[in-house]
Amino acid sequence: MNAPSNKSIKKSTNKSINKWITYLAPVLVFAVVATVWHVVVVWLKIPSIILPSPIAVMKALWLERLVLLKASWVTLQAAAMGLLCSAVLGSLIAIVFSQSSLLRVALYPYVIFLQTVPIVAIAPLLIIWSGNNFRTIVLVATIISIFPVIANVTSGLLSINENLRELFRMQSATRWQMLTKLRIPAAVPQLVLGLRISSGLSVIGAIVAEFFVGNSGEYDGLGTIMTARQANLKTAELIAALMACTCLGILLFACVNLLGATLLRRWTRTSGFESDK
Amino acid sequence: MGQTILDSFEQAVITESPIIACKGIQLTFGTGSAKQKVLNDLSLEVRSSQIVSLLGPSGCGKSTLLRVVAGLIEPDAGEVTVDGELVSTVMPRSAREKVSFVFQEPALLPWRTVWQNVMLPCQLRGVHKKQETTDFVEHLLNLVGFQKSDWRKFPSQLSGGMKMRASIARAMSTHPTILLLDEPFAALDDMLRSKLNDLLLAVAMEQMCTMLFVTHNIAEAIYLSQAIAIMSQGRIAERMEVPFSFPREAGLRSTSEFAAFYGQVAESLSRGNS
Repeated sequence: MNAPSNKSIKKSTNKSINKWITYLAPVLVFAVVATVWHVVVVWLKIPSIILPSPIAVMKALWLERLVLLKASWVTLQAAAMGLLCSAVLGSLIAIVFSQSSLLRVALYPYVIFLQTVPIVAIAPLLIIWSGNNFRTIVLVATIISIFPVIANVTSGLLSINENLRELFRMQSATRWQMLTKLRIPAAVPQLVLGLRISSGLSVIGAIVAEFFVGNSGEYDGLGTIMTARQANLKTAELIAALMACTCLGILLFACVNLLGATLLRRWTRTSGFESDK
Repeated sequence: MGQTILDSFEQAVITESPIIACKGIQLTFGTGSAKQKVLNDLSLEVRSSQIVSLLGPSGCGKSTLLRVVAGLIEPDAGEVTVDGELVSTVMPRSAREKVSFVFQEPALLPWRTVWQNVMLPCQLRGVHKKQETTDFVEHLLNLVGFQKSDWRKFPSQLSGGMKMRASIARAMSTHPTILLLDEPFAALDDMLRSKLNDLLLAVAMEQMCTMLFVTHNIAEAIYLSQAIAIMSQGRIAERMEVPFSFPREAGLRSTSEFAAFYGQVAESLSRGNS
């Protein structure tokens, strides 16, 4: 083989530069924002109660690391549990919807109600019914994150390729065979899509619920920490907790993506990956 | 003496009676002003082990006719019988078992391997665990050109041609006596198309299948079939017997006879649609 020409060398260096930019650019943006933030805080002498400098926030993040880590773990459990309930319950509801157009028509408005109801408004009600506990938080996380699962899975179960349906009809497939051998597996990509949206929502749901459940002693999630820090005017710690919330959302989203990629390996596997059989 | 003549006469009637018979099929899609006559008093007969191509322009009702024969669409009037049994959308499982369908796209299930896809019809009938079924599916996969190492591949790992081969194997896996094909090779290039034409003939000959083949490719229609039914505006405009013998010779497509017959078919086709 000939040595790579100048042109191809140039191309590959361009490619690696591009790769570096992808990683470096966001970091650079962060540095710029933090610098501007710091300069503004110092220059305008903004009191730290209103806006602490990024250095103060970092310091708070470091000092509170154990508390935040523990709270994140608690919130993560609630959010993940809520997401799991959404996945299971949402899929079951979608399966029922796919089997009866009457039920679908009758119940769909109430499913939309789940989506549009202001969760902040019903959280207090749920606390009255279910108590100041973990269960209530999971319940709120489930309610807020179930709609995307129901909507996506229902459409996945119903929008089956015409030819595939005819293939099953030609074999006189039963309704059950049609559901288990065709509709459910065909809806898996849609389930993954729904779960991606739901993962962020479930974290929001858990944190909002924690705002209301408050500090009951046995339960200290990120939301609880945030209410406490706000009450004490510890703004730097509040922002630190906020960062933890964001990380939690990203973590759950990444987990769902990973799960999705594993589930959908068969769909996307191309001939290049033959060796990993 | 008289008895023997009667016997042979009956024999002749039995062998000559069509395995697919369509009589006066009428079908309209849509309602009101959007009403469109798709099949218009169509009649067609196909005898056992015969390969008939339905040739016609897009939208002339070829695919619809195929679905009526398959019992997927109920005609407004007229009747279809397959092997003497009346076809309908609600016919029993036993009546459906004789007919198999190959779609325009491979229509493989992306979450199943080649083996599982070909096995699917047998699984839906509950015969997939029988030794004879697995033996036959193995045989079919070899016949359509799959290496053993490819059996566990997923559709996303296959080329378009390989997907179609799997689709043909799947259609054959339940021993159908009738194979309906809806422009299965329309999306493939010419080289691959003629290769798969030969493959299809080999499969049909081996399994003694009657085939009704929809296409808008004249050369393909001539090469594959004993008779060509030219469709236009929802009815059979003309039926032409193909004057070449089976099995097809390798160089048939480049002979002058083939070109001449091609011209005749093309002329009939344009006459039918003028």
